[in-house]
Amino acid sequence: MDFLNGLVTFLNFVFIPGAAYGAQLALGALGVTLVYGILRFSNFAHGDTMAFGTAATILVTWGLTGLGVSFGSLPTALLALPAGIAITAALVLATDRMVYRFYRRVKAAPVVLVMVSMGVMFVMNALTRFFPGIGVNDINFADGGRFIIGVREFREMTGLQEGLAIRTTQAITLVVAAVAVALLFWFLNRTRTGKSMRAFSDNEDLALLSGINPERVVAVTWILVAALATTAGVLYGLDKSFKAFTYFQLLLPIFASAVVGGLGNPLGAIAGGFVIAFSEVTVTYAWKRVLTWWLPERWAPDSLVQLLGTDYKFAVSFAILVIVLLFRPTGIFRGKSL
Amino acid sequence: MKKFLLASTATFALAGGALAQDVKIGIILGFTGPLESITPAMGAGAELAIAEVNASGNFALGAVTAVRGDSTCVDAAAAVAAAERLVTSEKVDAIMGADCSGVTGAILQNVARPNGIVMISPSATSPALSTAEDDGLFFRTAPSDARQGEVMADILAEKGIGSVAVTYTNNDYGKGLSDSFAAAFAARGGKVTINAPHEDGKADYSAEVGALASAGGEMLVVAGYVDQGGKGVIQASIDSGAFETFYLVDGMYGDSLIQSIGAELDGSFGAVPGTDSDGATRFQELASAAGFDGTSAFAPESYDAAALILLAMASAGTSKATDWAGKVMEVANAPGELILPGELGKALELIAQGVDIDYVGASAVELIGPGESAGSYRQYEIRNGSFETVGFR
Repeated sequence: MDFLNGLVTFLNFVFIPGAAYGAQLALGALGVTLVYGILRFSNFAHGDTMAFGTAATILVTWGLTGLGVSFGSLPTALLALPAGIAITAALVLATDRMVYRFYRRVKAAPVVLVMVSMGVMFVMNALTRFFPGIGVNDINFADGGRFIIGVREFREMTGLQEGLAIRTTQAITLVVAAVAVALLFWFLNRTRTGKSMRAFSDNEDLALLSGINPERVVAVTWILVAALATTAGVLYGLDKSFKAFTYFQLLLPIFASAVVGGLGNPLGAIAGGFVIAFSEVTVTYAWKRVLTWWLPERWAPDSLVQLLGTDYKFAVSFAILVIVLLFRPTGIFRGKSL
Repeated sequence: MKKFLLASTATFALAGGALAQDVKIGIILGFTGPLESITPAMGAGAELAIAEVNASGNFALGAVTAVRGDSTCVDAAAAVAAAERLVTSEKVDAIMGADCSGVTGAILQNVARPNGIVMISPSATSPALSTAEDDGLFFRTAPSDARQGEVMADILAEKGIGSVAVTYTNNDYGKGLSDSFAAAFAARGGKVTINAPHEDGKADYSAEVGALASAGGEMLVVAGYVDQGGKGVIQASIDSGAFETFYLVDGMYGDSLIQSIGAELDGSFGAVPGTDSDGATRFQELASAAGFDGTSAFAPESYDAAALILLAMASAGTSKATDWAGKVMEVANAPGELILPGELGKALELIAQGVDIDYVGASAVELIGPGESAGSYRQYEIRNGSFETVGFR
């Protein structure tokens, strides 16, 4: 019984939040890795692309709920997601046309493109905050049922002392992330356009010689990136809450995920997302409660058994990033080295 | 003709000189930033007191004007620059402000003391300001959080709660309040299982709540801001079943909390500065007549801060800071005729006659120690989705 109580505590505070967070990071890292693999630069504007996409989705959601549309026990934002993706895709395509295309033509060094993307990042953040009602507010746009199972119900159902909560948004995050990843892999591996993208990524000159239209590949990449970024952003916003500024802070864990998995490698981005998420959560979690259940009474800890304060969450991603770059710059799945 | 011209020029010069003797008060509040929703009412409160003094015509030092400056609440450099501008180019005689503890301390040290200007803050509550070097120039109509810590410990002890977890917003206010509470609670035999900071402006507080839950405790004391991390921590605690009841400090008081969290908040309780005195109701009537909300947080304190500045000046008969700073405590405290909001004209008359006054004002001002409000608190409990007052302390 004690073991079960400990396990439930672990699931409630570590595993379930970590898994949802990992899925959100994985989707974000997939977008970063696609840009890196095909367009060959680190896109610092990715966090704010997520913010923009989420803000657009929120506006459409408000429009839908204003019309009386709802999605039953699921959040209405899921219905608004395609519209949000379309708006974001239009924005990134316009950005590419106005900004990135010039630097591609002059064959600018990747580091120049990185700096350019930082400029784009600031502009996108400002654009996001121009949306009516977005500004600097803390927005909670999750509607529908809040829990699949709540703490009290769980306790009554199982008779355990510890409770377990699974929020609807956490389950949705995992399901939507799985669907998005499956679609992406099907697209990259099975369709003609996907194959041409991979060819372009492997060897640009050969791809051009075999008649692949580079502008088309670039455009499709940006659309995919917009879709991934918006989905990741909306899932994160639904699960936590939306604020125009917080997505910038997500940039570090997202890049860490992409690099840990191997930049340019989609499978690596997913694994990296979960590695980073679980590292952040487990290193900063105070294990006292779990250990008190699991260990014999005499060994029960007095201290919190917390390796690092929760304020150091981002330091964890940063440390992992540095270690990976030092010892295995290509990442776990042998992506491109930086 | 020449003589006439000379005479008239001289008259104008004299008149100009007389105008320059009018009193100017700088109102420095965070009109942008985390408190921007309450500062308009605070500024209006202070301006209401000034308008009342002007209308009475009993203020011997001339007309009073107000200039606003933006403290931003969080950016000390911007706040100091705003204060510097008011003091050096607008030539204000006193500062009503600032609002947040951090910027208030910065303005006090970098502008008020070097220039010899008196500051009366309506809302800076950090205990550190009680002991800060101020050359006798700093007062506040808000109580120190050392007092709030005592009140919190009293309330929890009376409810028979023996152990709590504490989370505070990671700044001067949160840290000062949580430390003073922890000391007061320990003195009453209570146990603080964890005293952990949280950062404002994050989307996710599940990690913080995980640590708090692990430390345990009968309930969670949330020393944060209602529209910021404090709300996030409460939401995450309820979602994960970590805590069910919460103690809410003054920064956590707001209808938006009940709106966003809902029925799960029933049974939580807390206290905010407030009195059941006549002054508070009188002030609310004046405020609604002037077109702003008199129940807004720290609006009464702002009215009182501005009123105290002007009454102390009148009492000293000069706007020179070193001369009237010493009078602030005198006009604020007993003995003397009690002065409520709306009676500033009467107060000025009494001062002119040489009668002592005891300014009570909108927030039952009683300045103690280094010139800060003794502090009365309104204790409330959340029942059926609304704040219900259960008593005053």
